[in-house]
Amino acid sequence: MEKREEILNLLERNAKLTAAEIAVMIDRPVEEVEATIASLENANIILGYRALVNWEKTVAAPVTALIEVRVAPQRDQGFDNIAQRICRFPQVKDCYLMSGSFDLMVIIEDASLKDVAMFVSEKIAPLEAVISTGTHFILKKYKMNGTEFFGQDDDPREAVIL
Amino acid sequence: MNLNDFLSTNSKSIPPSAIRRFFDLANEMRGQVISLSIGEPDFVTPIDIREAGIRSLEQGNTHYSPNQGFIELREAISDYMKRRFQLRYDASHEILVTVGGSEAIDLFVRAVVNPGDEVIIPEPCFVSYKSCVLLAGGIPVTIPCRQEDDFKLRPEQLQAALTPRTKLVFLGFPNNPTGAVLEKNEVEALAEVLRNQPVLVLADELYAELTYEPASHCSIAAVPGMRDRTVIINGFSKAFAMTGWRIGFACGPQELIGAMNKIHQYAIMSSPTTAQEAALVALRDGENHVVAMREEYNRRRRYVVQACRDAGLACFEPLGAFYVFPDIRPTGMTSSAFCEAFLSEEKVAIVPGNAFGDCGEGFVRISYAASMENIIKAMQRLKAFVGRCIQHD
Repeated sequence: MEKREEILNLLERNAKLTAAEIAVMIDRPVEEVEATIASLENANIILGYRALVNWEKTVAAPVTALIEVRVAPQRDQGFDNIAQRICRFPQVKDCYLMSGSFDLMVIIEDASLKDVAMFVSEKIAPLEAVISTGTHFILKKYKMNGTEFFGQDDDPREAVIL
Repeated sequence: MNLNDFLSTNSKSIPPSAIRRFFDLANEMRGQVISLSIGEPDFVTPIDIREAGIRSLEQGNTHYSPNQGFIELREAISDYMKRRFQLRYDASHEILVTVGGSEAIDLFVRAVVNPGDEVIIPEPCFVSYKSCVLLAGGIPVTIPCRQEDDFKLRPEQLQAALTPRTKLVFLGFPNNPTGAVLEKNEVEALAEVLRNQPVLVLADELYAELTYEPASHCSIAAVPGMRDRTVIINGFSKAFAMTGWRIGFACGPQELIGAMNKIHQYAIMSSPTTAQEAALVALRDGENHVVAMREEYNRRRRYVVQACRDAGLACFEPLGAFYVFPDIRPTGMTSSAFCEAFLSEEKVAIVPGNAFGDCGEGFVRISYAASMENIIKAMQRLKAFVGRCIQHD
């Protein structure tokens, strides 16, 4: 694996690793690792460093919904224009152009079922290019960004194996 | 009736573990500590191998296999040994599938050792060697591998230990607990000592897949003249993270494998069918998993070695297995005292070096078969702990 990709893999798994720790792990000088990370940040390859939160264990627990949006593509712009308009709403967590029976998959996070429903009917559905929407509420999260939410913390192995 | 009077001399000859107290303490604190004390991969068996086991059960393959193991698996082992180590073994007579590498070690010793035969065991080493020899009535002759020799067996040490009564030499490299690897020229030098002696070799190569650049594993059986007096013990536990499946194998000349199979067929009958079918998939499709695990181990290895040195402990660079074996003598403590205090005060379990032979005293075994998150936490605590120990002196 290229060192740059190896650094990305390590940070994607644990963004709290320091450049010094990574340098030891991949056997490169710390200055080189720092420079590589800086260039990845400048090139917008690393877009941010965030905590992966299981909100279901908090009082804030928001509602997440997956919205299938069918869109009439616009001349010269395809789906980009409408996608960018949808992305501007802060409730929109993710937005992807899809192959298959609908065009945009929009993931919404809001305080309640009603908030999500209102958002879709008031903000997404009325957009001119939008032909139809289909809303699916997420009931339970099992795995997110590669992390299993039901993973056991305890080491199942024996205490000492020689 | 005192039942102890009924125990055989051989079974009573096995000494109790040197680290009994540490064992008890570690078991008591299990679940509350970070365990770097475990000699098995933290990885779960890769999912396609697990599914092969499930498929085997779903198809109702719940019967005995041939004593030696399914021929398809033995053929796959033969291909694997050729592909990975340039060694040729005939699947029909020179390969035996066993219940883990441990069974194979015991079988080979029982097949060749007579009461009074001497067996050379370089230490520190895996804990079963000495006991297997004692159970067979043999006499273990240990050789201390030293830190100043990078924990490798020196040819002159081997030469000095040979006597007319020597029957067998153990070679456990890549080594548990030190992580030492023997390079080609070093294996050749050892072979040179043995060449004109009537002795056999048990090459325990369970960790052969886990070596890190610039090191690579070289089997003594690959040295001209050595194949026909060597039995290689290998398995799936370490390379494919399959410890709980209990499956390993031995490769060697027909006479030796045949004798081992005779004991195996009466003591064990055959290896688990489910495990054999999963192991077949491991050999056919598992290479990419081995590579990925090795890369991850290597990152952890570098991190732990550096952390030990930063903590003030001299540490030989291990290029094999998944252990680091730092020298804790600057703390003035014994290995057991060090590990017991580290466990109680910092809630991290590591293993006293003397568990692996007397010459392991003054060292500790740190296993990096654990998550990077836990390793980082444990190494921060090691630094704090060693700092306190050295200050007190």
